[in-house]
Amino acid sequence: MAVQEQVLPLGGIAPDRTGKYRTDHLLVAEMIPAGSKVLDVGCGDGELLQLLESRGIDGRGIELSREGVNRCVAKGLAVVQGDADTDLVNYPDDAFDYVILSQTLQATRQPKPVLENLLRIGRRAIVSFPNFGFWKMRLQLLVGGHMPRTENLPATWYDTPNIHFCTIKDFVQLCDEINVKMERAVALDLYGRPVPLNLPWWVWNMFGEQGVFLLSRGEKGR
Amino acid sequence: MTQLQSVPSPSIHSEDRAHEADHPTSPVAKFGIEQPLKLDCGIDLAPFQIAYQTYGDLNADRSNAILICHALTLDQHVANVHPLTGKAGWWEIMVGPGRPLDTDKYFIICSNVIGGCMGSTGPASTNPATGKAWGLDFPIITIPDMVRAQAMLLDRLGIETLLCVIGGSMGGMQVLQWTAAYPERVFSALPVACSTRHSAQNIAFHELGRQAVMADPDWHHGRYFERSTHPHRGLAVARMAGHITYLSDAALHRKFGRRMQDRELPTFSFDADFQVESYLRYQGSSFVERFDANSYLYLTRAMDYFDIAADHDGVLAEAFRGIKTRFCVVSFTSDWLFPTSESRALVHALNASSARVSFAEIETDRGHDAFLLDVPEFFDISRAFLESAGKARGLDGAGG
Repeated sequence: MAVQEQVLPLGGIAPDRTGKYRTDHLLVAEMIPAGSKVLDVGCGDGELLQLLESRGIDGRGIELSREGVNRCVAKGLAVVQGDADTDLVNYPDDAFDYVILSQTLQATRQPKPVLENLLRIGRRAIVSFPNFGFWKMRLQLLVGGHMPRTENLPATWYDTPNIHFCTIKDFVQLCDEINVKMERAVALDLYGRPVPLNLPWWVWNMFGEQGVFLLSRGEKGR
Repeated sequence: MTQLQSVPSPSIHSEDRAHEADHPTSPVAKFGIEQPLKLDCGIDLAPFQIAYQTYGDLNADRSNAILICHALTLDQHVANVHPLTGKAGWWEIMVGPGRPLDTDKYFIICSNVIGGCMGSTGPASTNPATGKAWGLDFPIITIPDMVRAQAMLLDRLGIETLLCVIGGSMGGMQVLQWTAAYPERVFSALPVACSTRHSAQNIAFHELGRQAVMADPDWHHGRYFERSTHPHRGLAVARMAGHITYLSDAALHRKFGRRMQDRELPTFSFDADFQVESYLRYQGSSFVERFDANSYLYLTRAMDYFDIAADHDGVLAEAFRGIKTRFCVVSFTSDWLFPTSESRALVHALNASSARVSFAEIETDRGHDAFLLDVPEFFDISRAFLESAGKARGLDGAGG
């Protein structure tokens, strides 16, 4: 639980007056200064990349689905078809200021090497994922006796692309294990609002529907 | 002999082709002996000429020029009636008012490659030293030579920087060569269905085609002009073999299956019983009407020699180091001649060079030739890529 001390104050998220962007995307965008070079791994339809580009950030994307890539390219975004598990190795060290893995970690085959690659390619990484320790998840398993399904994760166990679910606590442990420094951590509730900062860590793991982490390379061993 | 008889003698006469090679219907840029084309083989080619077509208007600050690089058996007649065949331009589906390469917005240039036979200097052109066709006396040319000649044409046209260079197959190779040789002159690049080097399999297919041409007794070691013949049988076979590589098993099956041509039962002969045979023979015979056999030898050779990495100590990424050009790489799922893996290797190298690159693989069963066909997803991507490149270059609203 040492991480709570590392949590930096959350800057205000610019209100999304247009309703065009997702709160977690706005949160990610707030973490990145203009002029940065960013790689969005698993960029989907390019929604986040468009937001970043609108803020003067040089964004690139990787997306697994061909349809997603083609929609991105048709929006004028620089996106390539690729797989987080196999294609990150092709990028040189320090190629980007930030590498983003948004709601994708749980769908990778090998989350640990993927995370290591993020921080090799980028000086910093921003990782967000659904928290399997969220109370609704726990309740469904405990009371319902079935694999949890939520508004944001509607797939059944047999057709979900998400093969490596973890809790916020699990993720923090992995970061410790591979010597990744957490510069900032934010838990978002079911409505995408940040869970108040001054609550204990277990509350985050219970009430955070997803976690968003700004990571950098740890000092030892680097 | 059934098969050979079924490839008809060309209806367009050799004289028409020879005339088009020297005095094309297209505009021509002539370069005298003081402006030689420095070829990779060490020879200075001079004098020489480049035939080209343009569409649309160049804007005031000369920032809306797009160069189309044509593929092996195509030419500069992108969006106008072909002077020999009378058929529509080969990329009218892509180039025109409101099309992805919008002639209301962009100034579009396409030149016949050096070594070609539609008006740029090549083996079918008259060698000024002899007054006869060059034939095999024409020096071996390479993809970089083609691009060097295009750069000289652009100098002549007063165009310093291209908004985009676009091309498929051999045209895509030229696009990549443009970015490697003149990165500062290329704002964006759209290489389609191509590779940074010709594979062993592709060289093998080309060798098959060349051997078919050279095995034709009418070839006469390349001096068929002097005998008023043309190795049309050999060239047709080369085209037939090539054409198979441009399609896919699925496309051939969908189009022809095992259906018979104008008959119910097999004739128990070597006649074209199957529709697919009849189609291939037609492809072969119509090709020889418009294309010069020696040109086919030279251009396939140029593709075989192409290997960008080899020119940069074997490291592909070195060819694109620090490049500012925006790339959009496109491949097609059923293209087995230039498979997606080749495009992916290019994309990896561009990523390693920190280039701004998009890469889309388009799902289609139409094979390599998909880039010439009605594939809406390809059009959408090309249009959007050009629009974003234009925007980044401050081209908004230019030229209406």
